[in-house]
Amino acid sequence: MGIEGIGARVARKEDKRFITGAGRYVDDMVVPGMKHAAFVRSPYAHAQIKKIDVKKAQAMPGVHGVLTGKELKADGIGNLICGWMIHSKDGTPMKMGAWSPLAFDRVRYVGDAVVIVVADTKGQARDAAEAVEITYKELKSVTDASKAMDKGAPQIHPEADNNLIFDWDLGNADETAAAFKKAAHVIKLDILNNRLVPNAMEPRAALGHYDKAEDHYTCWTTSQNPHVARLVMSAFYNVAPENKLRVIAPDVGGGFGSKIYIYPEEIVCLWASKKTGVPVKWVADRTESFLTDAHGRDHHTHAEMALDKDHKILGLKVETQANLGAYMSLFSSATPTYLYATLLSGQYNIPAIHANVKAIYTNTAPVDAYRGAGRPEATFVMERMLETAARQLGVSPVDLRRKNFVTSFPHQTPVVMCYDAGDYGASLDAALKASDYAGFAKRKEKAKKAGKLRGIGLSCYIEACGIAPSAAVGSLGAGVGLWESAEVRVNAVGTIEVLTGSHSHGQGHETTFAQLVNSRFGLPIDQVSIVHGDTDKVQMGMGTYGSRSGAVGMSAIVKALDKVEAKAKKIAAHLLEADEADIVIEDGALKVAGTDKNVPWFQMALAAYTAHNLPGGMEPGLKETAFYDPSNFTFPAGCYICEVEIDPDTGMTEIVQFVAADDFGNIINPMIVEGQVHGGIAQGIGQALLEGAHYDDTGQLLTASYMDYTMPRASDLPSFQVSTSNTPCPSNPLGIKGCGEAGAIGSPPAVINAITDALGHENLTMPATPQKVWAACQAMKH
Amino acid sequence: MSDISLVVNGKRVSAAAEDRTLLVHFLRENLGLTGTHVGCDTSQCGACVVHVDGKAVKSCTMLAAQANGSTVVTIEGLADGADLHPVQAAFKEHHGLQCGFCTPGMIMAATDMIARHPEGLDEATVRAELEGNICRCTGYHNIVKAILAASKTMGKVGKSKTKKAA
Repeated sequence: MGIEGIGARVARKEDKRFITGAGRYVDDMVVPGMKHAAFVRSPYAHAQIKKIDVKKAQAMPGVHGVLTGKELKADGIGNLICGWMIHSKDGTPMKMGAWSPLAFDRVRYVGDAVVIVVADTKGQARDAAEAVEITYKELKSVTDASKAMDKGAPQIHPEADNNLIFDWDLGNADETAAAFKKAAHVIKLDILNNRLVPNAMEPRAALGHYDKAEDHYTCWTTSQNPHVARLVMSAFYNVAPENKLRVIAPDVGGGFGSKIYIYPEEIVCLWASKKTGVPVKWVADRTESFLTDAHGRDHHTHAEMALDKDHKILGLKVETQANLGAYMSLFSSATPTYLYATLLSGQYNIPAIHANVKAIYTNTAPVDAYRGAGRPEATFVMERMLETAARQLGVSPVDLRRKNFVTSFPHQTPVVMCYDAGDYGASLDAALKASDYAGFAKRKEKAKKAGKLRGIGLSCYIEACGIAPSAAVGSLGAGVGLWESAEVRVNAVGTIEVLTGSHSHGQGHETTFAQLVNSRFGLPIDQVSIVHGDTDKVQMGMGTYGSRSGAVGMSAIVKALDKVEAKAKKIAAHLLEADEADIVIEDGALKVAGTDKNVPWFQMALAAYTAHNLPGGMEPGLKETAFYDPSNFTFPAGCYICEVEIDPDTGMTEIVQFVAADDFGNIINPMIVEGQVHGGIAQGIGQALLEGAHYDDTGQLLTASYMDYTMPRASDLPSFQVSTSNTPCPSNPLGIKGCGEAGAIGSPPAVINAITDALGHENLTMPATPQKVWAACQAMKH
Repeated sequence: MSDISLVVNGKRVSAAAEDRTLLVHFLRENLGLTGTHVGCDTSQCGACVVHVDGKAVKSCTMLAAQANGSTVVTIEGLADGADLHPVQAAFKEHHGLQCGFCTPGMIMAATDMIARHPEGLDEATVRAELEGNICRCTGYHNIVKAILAASKTMGKVGKSKTKKAA
């Protein structure tokens, strides 16, 4: 594999700037004449705007502009949209309510943006924002999706009767009902998947700059997909045509899904820059992030599983209410549908499945994809069901899973997906061994003597990454294609720039993508630069989310490298007077196989650019572009085992062991893959034990700072034991499946299965806080 | 307005700033030292940790005026020219960072932690001492590894220096 090639544990190229304080995030950008913005936001969950008086604010020191939604509308700026069409089971399209970037008639959640203030300093902007006088008429609000469809609940959007956005079905209801009729056992469970706040450490930010002379806009923004941001802002929000709008996402400090979406602030900053004639920068403070970043999860689910007398699963019925918040965020409709119900077969052979999902408006922050996006929710349903079934049937949770595993591939599930490759038994075995599962009973006994309750829990997850192909997702309602683009530029001195539509916000693409080039052409990775995140440099891209950069983004690079290699070989064959088919690339040179004749890589590149001696008819230069559209999703899968020890007197849960055995297909850089798994597991444990967004009855977010929302700290987590097995993905050239989300998908059920095992208690809602666990311990005593 | 004079990363700097200016904003906006980050505004996340007179301080919790006359080291001043500080090197070697946003604060806090524990560190101590620094990317696994490794390296360097001095 070489010391810098595919499979090598190479230290990251990008680290140098981050560890020396030289990273460049949006808040670090300074443009001459730049001013600062503050947003006036709704303090009410639901209210009519009766009057906005900006006079006092306009007269405050340093103020350049105080702008409202009416002015924004008058300038023709469009409403925010959801880009994935879902049809209800009756065939009607989803009911999307209007979302103006600045609310002008009604506010629908606490944090809804109403007015932007632009001033010389951030402090002045905030002072002036406090002087804006808005008269509201408060309306009744609802934050809980399970109550939002009740009679008498407030109507949030006129477009959506009873706050129902869609009522969607997947699978076959009749076949599933028939399966339940044959069942020897039926397992039932009510499941809450708690609402989370993504909490990338870099708060969202935007810097809008309108250049009057060129009639051109530049937007620096904290985006996972700057090209999609440009496309949507151009095509739907009427900010500017694409050729007059440049979007740059420089270093971005984490995303986890929350920075996929186009939010009101970047649109308003661009518009405000034109209105005020100055570049406008806005940086969210942490409470603004809590209030307005798209939240994740928030599902209420009732699930039932039918098994025959031999404990083979016959069927699964799932009913889910998904809280989408006050407005439909960019991909909010896809998360609880095609990213969720399509994974309800898990790793198991289930002949019949029927899922119904109701998406519901509430007076809360919009909810959209957060690390895992639908797949953690599906995995939590399946793996809680399997564990519960094993306990109720009195069988081993390991045996029950193994008995029902899919073992032959390809495997068509009843819910769209066709699993292409996998070995679920191998991951399970690896995890059982690493966790010394067989020795658990002894450890439990020992803990008991010390007055502690010890439990162990499994989770066997499957997920789908690299959503594709474009034609298929288009037929399911996606408004975009999900391919990726790449351009490989070989310079005249032989060094290489790879321009990619993927975007790195922590994933280490500058290293892994260079490793791929090293493997192909032998160049040291410091002679390969990865360029991303700028619509003026990279032609087009769909960005990074859904663990797609390896499987889709790198596949596009492979295609471009193939073209470069073909041309390079033609040039070398011409220079060496050899047959093209005999040229091989080795050790930084193009060689005639089996001879000592060769031309160094840089000389071939120089020849391409001097063009003094090229094959007849060949264009000078060496630069190739490729677009790659995958033929299928990829299916990472694995087994996680969590072992906990609970102090029944305090309700404190300690994770004493966490084992992850994943199958990600081929791996470019094991160090980076392990890091992705660690981070995902931490977020999953956070969901299971610590995190939860809570609104009070009036729609105020009670968990709106790090003093109230429990972020996982180092002392909450153990060191993790991670390992990988490998069944290469057959649908892309590198055999990659994707590793970015697995940790967050597989871990929550493992933790809750371990806690409920320790307590001998069937159900416990996330987060399993010490208070809840202590209460369960008390209940056990009586 | 307050006149503020500091020694930052070995250089004497003076500037006038609004009384309400926090040290972190003074460093970022007046001095252009953008390696120190603001992640939470409530002194929880630690992205803003710098050293003030040799101690780790959350620079979002201190007014610039309070730091008047102090010696401040930020992430930009930690390396010795082109030579990385052992904590910086360990974070790179052990993949102790992903998006890099919490990293400057983590490294400054870790450097202070190692200095306060010349006897060496163990995993539980490192995890407890990281209470004031939040990372969302790494799950802390490799951060802990990096700090333990740096503590070992610095312990060895410290001992060999002591020997030489003796």
